Amino acid sequence: MVLPIDRDAGRFRQIVRGAIRRNLRKFMTKGELLGKKGKDIISIPLPQIDIPRFRFDTRGQGGVGQGEGEVGDPLGQGDEPGSGKAGDQPGDHLLEAEVTLAELAEIMAEELQLPNIQPRGRKTIETSSDTYKGIRRVGPESLRHFKRTYREALKRQIASGAYDAGNPLVIPIKEDKRYRSLKTETVPQTNAVILYMMDVSGSMGEEQKEIVRIESFWIDTWLRHQYKGLESRYIIHDATAREVDRDTFFHTRESGGTMISSAYLLCRDILERDYPADDWNVYPFHFSDGDNWSLEDTGRCITLLEEYLLPRSNIFCYGQVESPYGSGQFIKDLRQRFQGRPEEIVLSEIKNKDGIYNSIKDFLGKGK
Amino acid sequence: MNLTPELLDLRDEIEGYARDYGLDFFTTYFEVLPYNLMSMVAAYGGFPTRYPHWRFGMEYERLAKSYSYGLSKIYEMVINNDPCYAYLLEGNTVVDQKIVMAHVYGHCDFFKNNAWFANTNRKMIDDMANHASRIRRYIDLHGLEQVESFIDTCLSLENLIDLHAPFIRRKARDADPDPSAEDREIAEVPQLQVTREYMRGYLNPQDFLEAQRARQAAAARQEERFPPTPQLDVLEFLMLHAPLKGWQQDVLGMIREEAYYFAPQGQTKIMNEGWASFWHTTIMTQRALDPSELIDYADHHSGTVAIQPGSLNPYKIGLELFRDIEDRWDRGRFGPDYADCDDLEAKASWDTGVGLGREKIFQVRRLYNDVTFIDEFLTPEFCARQRLFTFAFNPRADQYVIASREFAKVKQQLLQQLTNFGQPFILAFDGNHDNRGELLLKHRHEGVDLRKDWAGETLGNLYKIWTRPVSVDTRLKEKPRRLRWDEDGYHEKEIPEAELFSPGAP
Repeated sequence: MVLPIDRDAGRFRQIVRGAIRRNLRKFMTKGELLGKKGKDIISIPLPQIDIPRFRFDTRGQGGVGQGEGEVGDPLGQGDEPGSGKAGDQPGDHLLEAEVTLAELAEIMAEELQLPNIQPRGRKTIETSSDTYKGIRRVGPESLRHFKRTYREALKRQIASGAYDAGNPLVIPIKEDKRYRSLKTETVPQTNAVILYMMDVSGSMGEEQKEIVRIESFWIDTWLRHQYKGLESRYIIHDATAREVDRDTFFHTRESGGTMISSAYLLCRDILERDYPADDWNVYPFHFSDGDNWSLEDTGRCITLLEEYLLPRSNIFCYGQVESPYGSGQFIKDLRQRFQGRPEEIVLSEIKNKDGIYNSIKDFLGKGK
Repeated sequence: MNLTPELLDLRDEIEGYARDYGLDFFTTYFEVLPYNLMSMVAAYGGFPTRYPHWRFGMEYERLAKSYSYGLSKIYEMVINNDPCYAYLLEGNTVVDQKIVMAHVYGHCDFFKNNAWFANTNRKMIDDMANHASRIRRYIDLHGLEQVESFIDTCLSLENLIDLHAPFIRRKARDADPDPSAEDREIAEVPQLQVTREYMRGYLNPQDFLEAQRARQAAAARQEERFPPTPQLDVLEFLMLHAPLKGWQQDVLGMIREEAYYFAPQGQTKIMNEGWASFWHTTIMTQRALDPSELIDYADHHSGTVAIQPGSLNPYKIGLELFRDIEDRWDRGRFGPDYADCDDLEAKASWDTGVGLGREKIFQVRRLYNDVTFIDEFLTPEFCARQRLFTFAFNPRADQYVIASREFAKVKQQLLQQLTNFGQPFILAFDGNHDNRGELLLKHRHEGVDLRKDWAGETLGNLYKIWTRPVSVDTRLKEKPRRLRWDEDGYHEKEIPEAELFSPGAP
């Protein structure tokens, strides 16, 4: 059934996407719904448009609350006082929702309209797992299959004429009992590795790294949802590249020049050594501000991409964050070279935090 | 009406209890809705039909999404109308539906009897549908984009209404102005009669006379202005004086009418929810609850009154205040005897057994709104028992912290938040400012600044309607400022202190 409100909702979505009424987009706020995953709060994006009105500057105004706590104790961060909004507010109860990472990935997929990933047609690794799927006539009582047991008893009683519909009493005897049993199943498994590469040269500031961190979290979540055995490797580079652990990856600040080819070389070495081509889906992600040392080095990068990285990868993703210092030349060079090959390499410019949303869509929207 | 026979029986049962307790309401119709329709109706502010506008779609998305992700759900909706309409969510358990019905009868009683709702339109369902069809016709005539943009502009000003306006019986507005006023000289300042000339300077001091003369001159200047007195109902002022096309005036009128209709609900949020919660707990625990439903009831009710650190739950605070009032008036804890009693022990065990509680809360629900309710009935004991506190932003820690648990501060903060249902007072001051047809508004500053960027954008919208430069005088970070929007967009300039609006000034 089409509701009249669907038209309003459609119109709102068009405004959010910027298809119509573009002047309203400046009033857009990134609202969010909060869910909980274990101890962590998960937010589900919910764009809202506020119509400007004369109203109080509430930031820093505070308000009245209720509950335990000493003077000086912090409230939850960003808890804004409820606004005195006119209008009929429905009896709206907040439920605490447990969101698993898998659900989160689905929510994200729905929001971003991501396709499921088609693994490459490569040989797969088989893994075996034991599950209680079989049925046996003997076993420990703790594994007794109640329903099957009951059914057997009923069958026997009906067959022997002992069943009385007026007094439907069913008593299983030893022969009726059925037990669950272990079965070993082999499941095909696709494996994937994500290689995160990040430029940590002097020109990458905290804000740029924050963008990379948020974006990698979502990419990680999505790919983990798609692949059972996902591995992540982290490479940082300035003029030289080295492999680091996750923590270092997000917190290092180096300075110095930028030689992107160093990262690509290391990436190639890791793939050669640890991830045989037949068994692994490969996702290299590279983030930089696009300020490479020299044109010559950019040439080396392109050769590496062309000859090794692109053929080996499901898709190669390059995200360029905007930095006040960089020239941003690198993405232009790549664009020029790899124009018309969107199946192999995705280039995305991330201007600020708001750009993350679109960028993830660029990267993962291909279903590769 | 699509209730199942079971729900019909339940409704009759609960309605009977509600009447037994003395609740008085319009005929109330319940309807069971599936969640998508419930979200739609909620997005429409409780009404089945509204005019097309994207903000309803935005609200609908929010409600539908938070329901489908299991984050929140709407249990009930009720409309202030005669007859009242209320909606139940399909698939709720019987005990949920019982609570909701009891809660709804509380709301219906409040709508019918609270003084602040006395002048609301009780046929609003019909009028909302009329508004919808009129706006649809304008859309057909002028195009969606144009009408929608104009609605956005009006909505930007929708809070510029005068909450007391529905209660003021004005003299005929369009009466001819007194012709003699035109050429009336500034009258001589009346003086006290002087019999002994040497007393003149004492009886009629010179500086007093001059001040008086200046005041009269200012009053005379003000009379030539329009509006003759600063007007809170800016929307009405615009309807009468802005150069609007016929359809635009009609749309603005509808937005204004709807704003006035919803205003009392904003003014009585705490009382209204408190009253309804008071009755759902009373009816459920004393009459309607089956022992087998106890756990589900407790679960539902505790969800309703749950408290969160950064905000005040109107259900909780309203419910507790009504209970406190009933208890105080039952035990005679009011009046001068109780107030003057210095003996703490006697005060703690004070109980005259007058039993006026029930009568008192019915009186309170008739006469008060949130501001007067809090002002009158929030006591230090209540404040301490309910663990109320004020919080403030600590910029160094970048978070909100508990600022104080002092009664006076809590009360002051709460009243400030509730005054004018949390909206700034903006008055239309002069429609022909500088004799250039400009519109001048004044903000009655009461301690909290306006949000500057929003004020600027709102002025931009006002400019679209007024078509001449518009300004608002306010105080920003302690300094008097005039924010202005003209052909070149937004400006801000310093103004003398005297320009700012103060209630007593002419």
